[in-house]
Amino acid sequence: MTVAGNGREAVIRVRGLRTQFGDTVIHDDLDLDVLSGEVLGVVGASGTGKSVLMRAIIGLIEPRAGTVEIFGRDMKTLRARERREVERRWGVLFQNGALFSSLTVAQNVMVPMKEHTKLSQQTMAEIADYKIDMVGLPPDAADKYPSELSGGMRKRAGLARALALDPDILFLDEPTAGLDPIGAAEFDELIGELQQTLGLTVVMVTHDLDSLYAICDRVAVLVDKHVTIGTIESLLQEGHAWIHDYFHGPRSREAVRSGED
Amino acid sequence: MTERSDRIATRRDENGLTLTLSGDWTIRTADGLDRTLRAVEGAGGRAAIDLSGIERMDTTGAWLIERTKRALQDGGMQVELRGASGDHTILLDRIETLCTEPVEHLPPSSGLARFLNRVGRGTIDAMIEARDLLNFLGITTVATWRSIAHPGRIRFVSLVSHLERVGLNAMPIVGLLAFLIGVVMAYQGADQLRAFGAEIYTVNLLGISILREMGILMTAIMIAGRSGSAFTAQIGTMQVNEEIDAMRTIGLDPIEVLVLPRAYALFIALPLLTVYADFMGLLGGATMSILILDITLQQYIERIREVVPIWAFWVGLIKAPVFGFVIALVGCREGLKVRGSADSVGRQTTKSVVVSIFLVMALDAIFSIFFSAVGV
Repeated sequence: MTVAGNGREAVIRVRGLRTQFGDTVIHDDLDLDVLSGEVLGVVGASGTGKSVLMRAIIGLIEPRAGTVEIFGRDMKTLRARERREVERRWGVLFQNGALFSSLTVAQNVMVPMKEHTKLSQQTMAEIADYKIDMVGLPPDAADKYPSELSGGMRKRAGLARALALDPDILFLDEPTAGLDPIGAAEFDELIGELQQTLGLTVVMVTHDLDSLYAICDRVAVLVDKHVTIGTIESLLQEGHAWIHDYFHGPRSREAVRSGED
Repeated sequence: MTERSDRIATRRDENGLTLTLSGDWTIRTADGLDRTLRAVEGAGGRAAIDLSGIERMDTTGAWLIERTKRALQDGGMQVELRGASGDHTILLDRIETLCTEPVEHLPPSSGLARFLNRVGRGTIDAMIEARDLLNFLGITTVATWRSIAHPGRIRFVSLVSHLERVGLNAMPIVGLLAFLIGVVMAYQGADQLRAFGAEIYTVNLLGISILREMGILMTAIMIAGRSGSAFTAQIGTMQVNEEIDAMRTIGLDPIEVLVLPRAYALFIALPLLTVYADFMGLLGGATMSILILDITLQQYIERIREVVPIWAFWVGLIKAPVFGFVIALVGCREGLKVRGSADSVGRQTTKSVVVSIFLVMALDAIFSIFFSAVGV
């Protein structure tokens, strides 16, 4: 894994993206660059297609137009084998963890390893153990089924599975939604720490202003089917009404204040 | 003495054991490294692991190094890591804090214990299932009486929509099935009876068996597989989604809103489908009889009216609403028992179909005993 901060080349490059469901256009002519080693927050009002954008990038939704390049390769033109190569270099945490409910937490973490590596069963089990410890779950969680876990633990388990193959890019869909403030702050800290030690590129869809201030290097705001991207300081100067309201609202000011403490 | 593998060089000399690591230490390369490292052994003395040649490292690589360090320490050695770059040091320091206590997993149980466990659990589950179903029958019966006393509370829109789904939409497949059963029975019957020169009795066989048993049984099994399972999956998914809890907090009774419309719908639809299946079955029999027995349709109908008592038809039909009600009850009950996950929806749906078909068969046997006791 390359180290954070040195390379500034774009690992994800979206050009002219257009997605629509029926007649409803979600994104139109959208451009987005995600730089290597950065934490990018994606925000926007409900229904502006934050999750849809993430799904379009990871190929769960076919865009109507435009290209998505990851590691400089156009996802649409890749053959199945090359796609798998790219897929093993990213990890995705879905909103509610999306753990396989018929498998234990440890088995969930081992699924990507079984699929993509030739490691022995024993080694995979050991790797699963330390990943589970790394995301802050107690050791006895390994043998539990997802239905026996709380929402916060399920997210951590989902993160352990997303990190199973030591990915270069981590996609997080609302990682702190539904967590209590202390749990959310811990989760932010965990992501930040992992990002720094592993040099990950993180794309994080979120509503949580505290997360934005705590760990994001840049923020992409979805407005009017496009993306406005920049650091929080530069977005504070932005004239667009929604962006202004978002970063100058009472909650945002609160987050700034607590961030400065 | 020096041994070399691709990225691991092992040297033993007077200073102790030295492992010199180089190249990429990531999950992609971990497989070969893992096996080589497991073979490294040391007893007492000092060991050094030289990391200066490592180019790329991720958590898996860092963990392999950490694991080797711990294994050597457990063997009584003093282990020193040296030459790691700054980023690798951060990573190794992080990994060092993980899994410091050995993780204890649940031991897998032995074959016999697991077998006995399953048998015991299965037996108790079956008894609980029977008790629950009886309990649910009671709850539903009370709710039924209440809704008959206050017909305004029956959800007619829901009832009609379910009637369409379980009744009208099932007609093509039920009809086809019954027709084919008629064809098969006519063919097989004629084949066997020809040996006695009694081919004409094929029509007796057809009429009585289709009207009394085959029509209703085939329809009930089809509907248990088609609609009973759908009820379980619908209600089960609502349960996972917490929709049922939401209903309760708003003051809606799930029995009244979800169960009764489905139960009434099958109570009405199954007899209608049975009449239709009887007709299609006899039609299938007629088609085959005309082809192989050399009789006309006219003769076939006359023969049926002559030899098949009208009671055979009623015996089949009386069972239909009972079967319908039972299938709906089991389907809804299993749906309400879903807890938490997609896996649970699947399990309960399977159970719903198995239990409802079993109950249909068991009730059919009881009906047979009853009818032979009263002499029809």
